[in-house]
Amino acid sequence: MIALEKRPTPSRALSLSTPLIAVIITMIMGGLLFSVLGKNPIEAIRTIFWDPVFGEFAFYYRPQLLVKAAPLVLIAIGLSLGFKAGIWNIGAEGQYIMGAICGAAVGLAFYPTESRLIFPLMIIAGALGGWAWGMIPALLKVRFGTNEILVSLMLVYVADQLLASMSLGLLRNPEGMGFPGSRNFSDFPAGSSWINEAAGLHWGMAFAFIAVIFSYILLNRHILGFNIRLTGEAPRAARFAGVNPTRLILFCLGTSGALAGLAGFFEVTGPSGQINIDFASGYGFTAIIVAFLGRLHPVGILLAALLMALTYVGGDLAQGNLGLPSAAIQVFQGMLLFFLLALDLLTNYRVVLKSKGAA
Amino acid sequence: MKLTKLFTSAAVALGLATTAMADTTKVGFVYVGPVGDGGWTYEHDKGRQAVEAKFGDKVETTFVESVPEGADAERVITQMALQGADLIFTTSFGYMDPTINVAKKFPKVKFEHATGYKQADNVSVYSARFYEGRAVQGHIAGHMSKTNKVGYIASFPIPEVIRGINSAYIHAKKVNPDIEFSVIWAYTWFDPAKEADAAKALIEQGADVILQHTDSTAPQAAAQAAGNVITFGQASDMGEYAPFPRVSSIIDDWAPYYVARTQAVMDGTWESVSTWDGIGAGMVGIGEISDAVPADVKASALALKESLADGSYHAFTGPLNKQDGSAWLAEGETAADYGDNGLAGLNFYVEGITAEIPN
Repeated sequence: MIALEKRPTPSRALSLSTPLIAVIITMIMGGLLFSVLGKNPIEAIRTIFWDPVFGEFAFYYRPQLLVKAAPLVLIAIGLSLGFKAGIWNIGAEGQYIMGAICGAAVGLAFYPTESRLIFPLMIIAGALGGWAWGMIPALLKVRFGTNEILVSLMLVYVADQLLASMSLGLLRNPEGMGFPGSRNFSDFPAGSSWINEAAGLHWGMAFAFIAVIFSYILLNRHILGFNIRLTGEAPRAARFAGVNPTRLILFCLGTSGALAGLAGFFEVTGPSGQINIDFASGYGFTAIIVAFLGRLHPVGILLAALLMALTYVGGDLAQGNLGLPSAAIQVFQGMLLFFLLALDLLTNYRVVLKSKGAA
Repeated sequence: MKLTKLFTSAAVALGLATTAMADTTKVGFVYVGPVGDGGWTYEHDKGRQAVEAKFGDKVETTFVESVPEGADAERVITQMALQGADLIFTTSFGYMDPTINVAKKFPKVKFEHATGYKQADNVSVYSARFYEGRAVQGHIAGHMSKTNKVGYIASFPIPEVIRGINSAYIHAKKVNPDIEFSVIWAYTWFDPAKEADAAKALIEQGADVILQHTDSTAPQAAAQAAGNVITFGQASDMGEYAPFPRVSSIIDDWAPYYVARTQAVMDGTWESVSTWDGIGAGMVGIGEISDAVPADVKASALALKESLADGSYHAFTGPLNKQDGSAWLAEGETAADYGDNGLAGLNFYVEGITAEIPN
């Protein structure tokens, strides 16, 4: 009989190698799926994983990978702090939207003034917007003991409604002929997050790298990071050690809110270009997957975000070039996550064969 | 700047390559929903298939489905241009700015954007006068409603949708002075769950006619479950719900336009144009009016359709006032396409509609 036995300590070798094994299994199973659909599996896998990075037009796709990964990194880094301490912010999507609205609103208020001071002001407004949206579940939890998972999630829908109202009302482009949506930031250089649009580089990428470095230092070299990890792994010990849970909740939800707000802000003033009804495209939720995929480790998150970005960019490429339906690409992405999580089991448990009589 | 050059040289190189590779014309399509939505995207894809059927080996068509409006759209359109497309159809309003941006980088590629208003030397715009079909719907709805309540599932408050509501209301009111419209804004083009909820809510409020400006068949299913509610197919015939609840439909027929534009690219006669065709030109079709509609109503509806098709009647003919009571069109005056109060940018309801346009 096959049974699972908990390992005394998680296997380090497996913990590092499972992501790679999962990717390989996904390629094999995905290849089978694609061949059942009548496509050349090798070509499909090559189109998804190879062409965006090394193919003929890699000069365009490489920066596009960063465009796609930057918001995921920013949000996931923030979420990982809370997740490590057992504080579950599920509403990053809402904080992302609020950051975008606040940052864009400050910028549009100055339109068409050109000044170097506008962009930093917008960054601050974007971070504050996300922070404030994250502080609502934090304060409610601290004061009334509400569940932060529910409150933060429900606030996503509130933010969605606000986004629709802003695109149709307050922030609507006065020269937009009655169509919803704000002015496009590509017509407003002082408020644009592009460093070099032709090269596909924007400030969100710079901030994402800074966030990775800061988070690494915080978690490994700072007492606050130690407290976060301690609270997550041994809450009782943390209390005895004098960790203040209230401060931790406020810090984690506030920081993840601010980072999600920044992600939304850089997206709206760069790649997306305008506040519009369907501006939010699920980065806040995808980032939850990225955070776990990256094992809540800053460098892991960076790699996980790049991998997710690759499946999106490569997936669209496979649709356009090989005629694969988008549903097949989504199944493929789902497979990847499934195998990663399934193999995770092996780092904490080992498979043993038991004979029935011995029990 | 350097990258823009790279783009141009890549495009030129590809341009040469495609001419060298005999004369296959590559045509790309970007879709906002899945090709199986049974509505908007389904009909655009039928147009693509018509292009394939007409030109056979001389064309190669590709498409990417379910592309979010925004940064992703720009990447997908660029991807098609890079892969050597000669002609690219972007089939949703939200692709307007991305299409214009990509068109600037690829001056030799021709672009066609559906339902927008921004033209360029290599960007045409095209749309259909769906409001003509709405007039026929309103006529039948006014006759058929027993509760005098019509429920309307609207997508986004943009001129196209507002034109449809006005046109349906005007013609329902003409045959039934007691008719009332309730409008629910779904803020989506395609979301079966949301559309079903909206339909159920309207039916509970007493509506026995459901009009939809969203693309799924979910409202049809909701009406069928209710039993005594009639519906109209949207964008596609939705004939699987005939003869009841679906009593007729508006069908978008893009095939002739797509074939003609592809032909123009092949002949080298393509020019940037703005096309806005209705029932007369065959871009808007009225689906079979089922036997659930009394014969006299069917006859008068078909007469209305004929008068719209041959141009003897305009769906917006005065006297008509705006919702606030101020004059819009004088006796016998017809609405202009462009300019102040023109149909292209229509952003107000006509007198008698009690709902409000959200902003």
